[in-house]
Amino acid sequence: MDSTERELLQLIEKNGRLETATIAKLMGITEDETKQILEKLENEKVILGYSAIIDWTKGTEDGAVTAMIDVKVTPKRGVGFDKVAERIYRFPEVKAVYLMSGVYDLSVSIEGKTMAEVGRFVSEKLSTIDSVISTTTHFILKKYKHDGLVFSDNDEDKRIVVSP
Amino acid sequence: MITEPTSKYLSNTVQSIQPSGIRRFFDLASSMENVISLGVGEPDFVTPWNVIEASYHSLEQGYTAYTANAGLFELRKEISRYMKRRFGVTYSAEDEMVVTVGASQAIDIALRAVVNPGEEVIVVEPSFVSYAPTVTLAGGVPVPVNTYSEDDFKLQPEQIEAAITDKTKVIMLCSPNNPTGTVLSKSDLERIAEVVEKHDLLVISDEIYAELTYDEPYTSFPAIRNMRDRTILISGFSKAFAMTGWRLGFACGPKAILQAMLKIHQYTMMCAPTMAQHAALEALVNGQRDVVKMKESYRQRRSLVIHALEEMGLSCHVPGGAFYVFPSIEKTGLSSEEFAEQLLMKEQVAVVPGSVFGESGEGHVRCSYATSVQKLEEAMRRIERFLQTL
Repeated sequence: MDSTERELLQLIEKNGRLETATIAKLMGITEDETKQILEKLENEKVILGYSAIIDWTKGTEDGAVTAMIDVKVTPKRGVGFDKVAERIYRFPEVKAVYLMSGVYDLSVSIEGKTMAEVGRFVSEKLSTIDSVISTTTHFILKKYKHDGLVFSDNDEDKRIVVSP
Repeated sequence: MITEPTSKYLSNTVQSIQPSGIRRFFDLASSMENVISLGVGEPDFVTPWNVIEASYHSLEQGYTAYTANAGLFELRKEISRYMKRRFGVTYSAEDEMVVTVGASQAIDIALRAVVNPGEEVIVVEPSFVSYAPTVTLAGGVPVPVNTYSEDDFKLQPEQIEAAITDKTKVIMLCSPNNPTGTVLSKSDLERIAEVVEKHDLLVISDEIYAELTYDEPYTSFPAIRNMRDRTILISGFSKAFAMTGWRLGFACGPKAILQAMLKIHQYTMMCAPTMAQHAALEALVNGQRDVVKMKESYRQRRSLVIHALEEMGLSCHVPGGAFYVFPSIEKTGLSSEEFAEQLLMKEQVAVVPGSVFGESGEGHVRCSYATSVQKLEEAMRRIERFLQTL
């Protein structure tokens, strides 16, 4: 990855909605070049997708609950943790799966409408997988910061309008 | 003019100074809604959290008393290391340095330490609004030397020569410059140094924007041969570390001059705020990564704004540093003040008329690009629309 590609990625990592024309001007390259780099990075799956970071607690009655589950597993011979992880991440309820160092093996993040729904998933789907030895479920009570973004409104410009 | 009866008590010196032209725009822009301001002379970043946290910690630990007059010794040692590491200039933390309340106070005490009544100080214009008044308050006579857009606002040594009289004592330099963003290269500085040496002058070099240069490696004036002992170097934390409100700067220079400045500082200021000094220490020790990130973001926004100005046909040299562009608005036929006022009234975009930075700033406006990409793009659209109405 060259420095131009890295610069572009850093820009869209912060703001995925930046328009190609804006990116081009910020980086001092042409729009066509910008499009080409974006396409290349998308094809190479360096850029996997574009999403919005949403505070679902605002303006909707149907809030969601998120749980982070510590999962201990017995790795499968020959394929290690990967096969077990795959069996878990293929469920659409699963938002994230990470292999961890430390006292447990997989960290699984799950989103559901209610605690009961998440509970059902854990007891019926997750803990019943052959290799899963144990699960510990933690529900998220409040999000303060997610993917580098703070969940608060306090970001207005506090500077005086004109200064020397 | 002030006509209240109490005005008779005012000193002649203070009455001879005009309030800054920026003031009027501040009042005007503050009274309006929906203004996008490109008139702000400070970073749009909040101070990095580790710096704020270090200040909290110092308060919790009870560091609420005065420090040494010259500033915390730990901080001075760190400034000494930083100046060596970043700019290749060496100053002793013991007696060649003073920590001040912003670079502005450093400039004030530098001038008061060296200027005798009636001595002349060359101020390179367009310049930061406070230089000339600070010279006057120190009893000196400011002598403007103009720079021009055709030279990319670079100071020409011949022009200094032409302004020198037998009363000239000091030249004030500012690179990167506020308002033009111009950066003087090593060879530009060497040519200026020749004149300085020939006429046995002193230089006050305001290098507050030194970290914010985008094209060439930065050269500090005292790093030029034979210039260290002819230079009072002024810098601070405001611009590089986004710490304007902390009011923390410093001056470095030859011992005799710095000790004289320290004398003024100890009688008139005691010391810079202690909690800000602890914050600054953290900024120097662990802040370089944030400086690099912020600088990268300014560089990108400079590119955005230069591109937009080009597209709307406003000519503008590419400024090598700071976070200002200084486009020419001469082709509109308006004075810089008319341009800024009409733009504010019609499109609610605040820029600063070049004339407030000196005569040679006329025909230009200062736009700060230290504001969000979204606001910059909207401001550029509005300026373009405004130009079409002229």
